[in-house]
Amino acid sequence: MNALPWTIAISFAAAGLLLLLPRNAARAARLVALLAAIAGLGAAICGTMHLQNYGFNTLVHVPWLPQVGASFHLAADGITAVLTILTGLAATAGILFSWNIEKRPREFFALYLALIGGVYGVFLSADVLLLFAFYEIAIVPKYFLIALWGSTNREYGAMKLALYSFVGSAFVFIGILAAYAAAGGVGFGLHELAGATFARPFQLWAFPLVAFGFAVLAGLWPFHTWAPTGHVAAPTAASMLLAGVVMKLGAYGVLRVAIPIFPEGFQWWSGILAGLAVIGILYAGFVALVQKDLKFVIGYSSVSHMGFVMLGIAAATPRAVAGSVLQMFSHGVIAGLLFAVVGRMVYDRTHTRELSALPAMGLNRALPFAAVTFVIAGIASMGMPGFSGFPAELSILAGAWGTQPLLVLAAAAGIVLAAAFTLRAVHVTFYSGGLTAAPAHPFEPITLAEKCGAGLLIAATVVVGLHPDLLLDMIVPALNDPLMARMFAGGVQ
Amino acid sequence: MTFAEWFPALLPEAILLIAALAILGIDIGLLRDAPAAFRLRLGAVIAVVACGAGIYTIVAGPLLHPMVGQVLLFDPLANGARVAILVLTAATILISTGGRMPGQPAEFLAVVLLSATGMSLMAASTNLLIAFVALELASLGLYILTGFDKRSPDSAEAGLKYFLFGGVSAACLLFGFSLIYGLSGSLYLPEISAVLSGMGFSPLLAVALVMVVVGFGFKIAAAPFHLWAPDAYQGAPVASAAFIASASKIAGVALFFRLFWSGLVPGVGTIWDFSGPPGWFVILGLLAAASLLLGNFAAIVQGNPRRLLAYSAIAHAGIMLLGVMIGGTAGTRPLLYYVITYAISTVGAFGVVAALEASGVGPRITDLAGLWRRSPVLAACLSIFILSLAGIPPLAGFFGKFFIFAGIFSADPGTPLFWLMVLAIVMSAVSLYYYLIVLKHALVVEAPEAQAPVPVSPAAVLTLVGLAAATIALGLTPSALLAFL
Repeated sequence: MNALPWTIAISFAAAGLLLLLPRNAARAARLVALLAAIAGLGAAICGTMHLQNYGFNTLVHVPWLPQVGASFHLAADGITAVLTILTGLAATAGILFSWNIEKRPREFFALYLALIGGVYGVFLSADVLLLFAFYEIAIVPKYFLIALWGSTNREYGAMKLALYSFVGSAFVFIGILAAYAAAGGVGFGLHELAGATFARPFQLWAFPLVAFGFAVLAGLWPFHTWAPTGHVAAPTAASMLLAGVVMKLGAYGVLRVAIPIFPEGFQWWSGILAGLAVIGILYAGFVALVQKDLKFVIGYSSVSHMGFVMLGIAAATPRAVAGSVLQMFSHGVIAGLLFAVVGRMVYDRTHTRELSALPAMGLNRALPFAAVTFVIAGIASMGMPGFSGFPAELSILAGAWGTQPLLVLAAAAGIVLAAAFTLRAVHVTFYSGGLTAAPAHPFEPITLAEKCGAGLLIAATVVVGLHPDLLLDMIVPALNDPLMARMFAGGVQ
Repeated sequence: MTFAEWFPALLPEAILLIAALAILGIDIGLLRDAPAAFRLRLGAVIAVVACGAGIYTIVAGPLLHPMVGQVLLFDPLANGARVAILVLTAATILISTGGRMPGQPAEFLAVVLLSATGMSLMAASTNLLIAFVALELASLGLYILTGFDKRSPDSAEAGLKYFLFGGVSAACLLFGFSLIYGLSGSLYLPEISAVLSGMGFSPLLAVALVMVVVGFGFKIAAAPFHLWAPDAYQGAPVASAAFIASASKIAGVALFFRLFWSGLVPGVGTIWDFSGPPGWFVILGLLAAASLLLGNFAAIVQGNPRRLLAYSAIAHAGIMLLGVMIGGTAGTRPLLYYVITYAISTVGAFGVVAALEASGVGPRITDLAGLWRRSPVLAACLSIFILSLAGIPPLAGFFGKFFIFAGIFSADPGTPLFWLMVLAIVMSAVSLYYYLIVLKHALVVEAPEAQAPVPVSPAAVLTLVGLAAATIALGLTPSALLAFL
C-alpha cells in the first residue's frame, strides 16, 4: 500500500496521543509532534516515490456514505504529491520554530497536527464531499491556534479568519450540492462529477460559487483581508502554516474542484479571475511597501505572491498552471521562512516588530544568523534565479503571455514591487542601524532547532530553484491527466 | 384485533408507565426517610433500565401488526423517533442525577417518564384525537418539569410562561383539528387526506391549517412562536430544559411530519402557484425563514449559555421546517437524522451546563472562562457538542444539515425552497460566530483568578462522554444511523 494516506492517519493519531500526555509535558509534546511531522514528511516523500506514474492514482477507495454516493476515496497525482511534500516540510519546520512554546504545549501541538491532518486530507481527497469535510476540519484549529497563542489583536484576527473561511466554505458547499443535484445522483466522486455534463448557464453561476468560495482562503483580492490580520495575529508556527499551506488549500480547491467540474464556467470567468489576481498582486505590493509592522509586510507579500498562483491558474495554459503549482510550493517554503525569521527569531527576542524600533537594536550584529536567513529568504521571495520563486514566476508569466498579455505586464510590475518592499524590510530591519552598530541588548542566541528549521526550508527552495524539473516532472504529467486537461481550451498543447 | 395482538406494539409505553408507577410506589412506600440523593439514584436506575427495556422491545424485532386499529402506526418513522426519545430520556435522567437535586426526586422522574410516554405515542399516532391526547400528556409533564424547582422564582416564571403559551397553542391546535374533522368527517389521517383531496379551496381549511401550524411552531419553538423558549430554557431546571429541547422536539417533528404528509398532503401548493387548497408550504417557508434569521441573529447577543442554546434551537427549528417541507421527495430520513443528531448535541450541551451549575459555575458565558483548566473533560465534551451544533464535520451535526440540504437540491432546485436553503447555509456561517464565542471562553480565556477544579459526578461524566462519542461516531459513519431509520 502506498504511504501517502498515512500522512493523514499519523497526524490525527499524534494529535490524539498528545491530548493524553500529562498537562505540562512540554518536552514530550514537542518530541511527539516533531516525530509525527517528520513521519508525515517521510510518508509523503516515500509515497511520492512509489507512485506508479504522476497521473491519477487511487490509493484508498472504500464506501463511506453509500446513500448519497460519497466514498472515502483518497488519490494522488503529481500535484498532490508536490503539495503533500510541501505540507510535510512546512509542518516539520513549523514545529522546530515553536520549540519555545511553554503555554499549554500539548494543546498547541495537538491542534497544530489536527490542522496538518486536515490539510493532508484535502490534498489527497478524490471525493468532493470528503475534501470538503477535511477542508472544514482545517478551519477550526486555526481559530484556536491564533486565539490562544497569537499576539497582536489575536481574538479579532482569529475570528475574522474563521468567519471568512467559513463563509467561503458555505458558498463552496452550495456549489458542490448544486453540482451533485444537477449531475443526477452520480455521487460525489471527483471523476463522476467531472464526467457529468452540466448546462452552460448552470456552470456560469455554479463555478464562481465554488471558485470564489475557495479563493477566499487563497487570499484573492478583494477577499484577502483576513490574511494580513490573521498572519500577524498568529503565532509563528501558525503563520507559517497559514501562509505555507492553508492558503494553498484555496488555490488547490479552485484547481482541483471548481475547474474540472465546471470547465465552461471557468472559461467564462477566467478573465475576471486573472484580473482580480493581478489587482491583488499590485495592491498587496503597494500596501506592503508602506507597512510599519514587519509582519504586516510579510502578510501582504503573501497575498501578492498568491496572486501569481491565481493568475497562473486563470491563464489556463499548461505552462502557467505548472508554474502555479510550483509557485505554491515555492511560496509555501519561502513564506514559512520569512515568518520564521520575523516571528520567532526577531519578535520572540525583541518583542517588537515596529520597523521604526528595530534599527536601533543592531540586529545584524546581535542575530547574524537571522540576518543571513532573512536576506536569503528575501532574495528568494523577490524571485531571484537560483531560488524556487524564479522558475515558478517565470513559467506563470511566460505561460500566461499567450492568453493575458496585458495582465502579464502588470504582474511583472508586481515583481518589481516585491523587490522593493522586500529590500525595504530587509534593510530597515537588519542593516539601517549601520553595519557596525553594537547590539542594544544581548539576545538569546539562535537555537539549534531554529537553525535546523531554517536550513530545511532554505535547502528546499535552493534545490527546487536549481533543479525545478524535480517538481515539474511530477506536475506536468498530472496536468496531462484527462481530469486536469479539461481546463485547457483545446486540450494540452 | 385483540388486546393480545396489539399489546406487543405498545410494550415500550407500558414499560415506561409501569416504571413511573414503580418509582412513585417505592418512594412513597419504602423510602420516605431515606436521603434524597439515594431516592434520586434508585429512581434513576429504575427509569434508565425501563428506557433500555423499551428500546430493546422496539429494536428486537419487527411487529406482526405495525398498525393498531386506525389509531397508531409503528412504521420506521415512529420507531426511529421512539428509540431516540427513549435514549434521550435516559440521557436526561442521567444528567439530572449530576445536576442540582430536585425537591421530590421520585415525582420528577415519574413525570419525566409519563411525558416520555406521551412523546412516544405522539410519534406513532395516526389519529387526530390520539395525537392530541398524546401531545397533551407530553406537554403537561413538561410544564410541571419546567416549574419543578419550587425554590426558584425563575423556574416558576418559566413554568407559567411555558404553560400559558402551551395552553393557547394547544387550544389553537385543537380548534384546527376540530375544523379538519368537521370538513372531512374523519379523525384518521389517510381518510382525511382522501376527503380533502376531493375538495376545492375552503376558507375553513385555510384556518385549520394555520391553527395546526401554530401548534407545530410552538412545539418546535419556531419563530414567531418562540417567545416561551428562551425563558423556559433559562429558568427551568437544566434537566427539564434539556428534555424540552431534545426528546420533545423529536416527538413534535415526528407527529407533525405525519400530520402534514399523510393527513394534509392535498394541501400542498407551491409558493407562487395557489392551485388547489391553500399550501402549508407557504406558511412553513415563512416560519423557516423567520426562525433562521431571528434565531441566529438573536443568539449573537446572548450572555447566558442557556439563552444562547434557546436561540440556537430556534435557528435549528428553521432547518427542521425545511426538513419537513422536503418530506414529499426525500422521505423522513433526512429530517429524522437531523433532529436526532441535533437532540444528542443539545442534551450534551445542557448536560455540561448542568454539571457546571451543580458546582456553582455560571450562569453567564463569561463564567466558563478557564474551563479547560478547571475541568478538561467538560471542556472537551462542550467543544464537541457546540461544534456539532455549528455543523462542523466530521461531527454528526454536519451530516444532519448535509442530508437536508442535499434533499432540497434533489427535490427542487431553483424554487423558493432553494433560496431558503441558501439562507440556511449562510446563516450557519453566522452561527459559527456565537458558537466560537462560547468555545473561546471555555477553551481560550484564562480564569480571572486561580480557581479550583470543577467536581463532576462520575455518572454525569459517563453520560457526557457517551453522548460526545455518539456525536463523533455518527459523524464518522453517518450511514450506520441512516440505515436504521
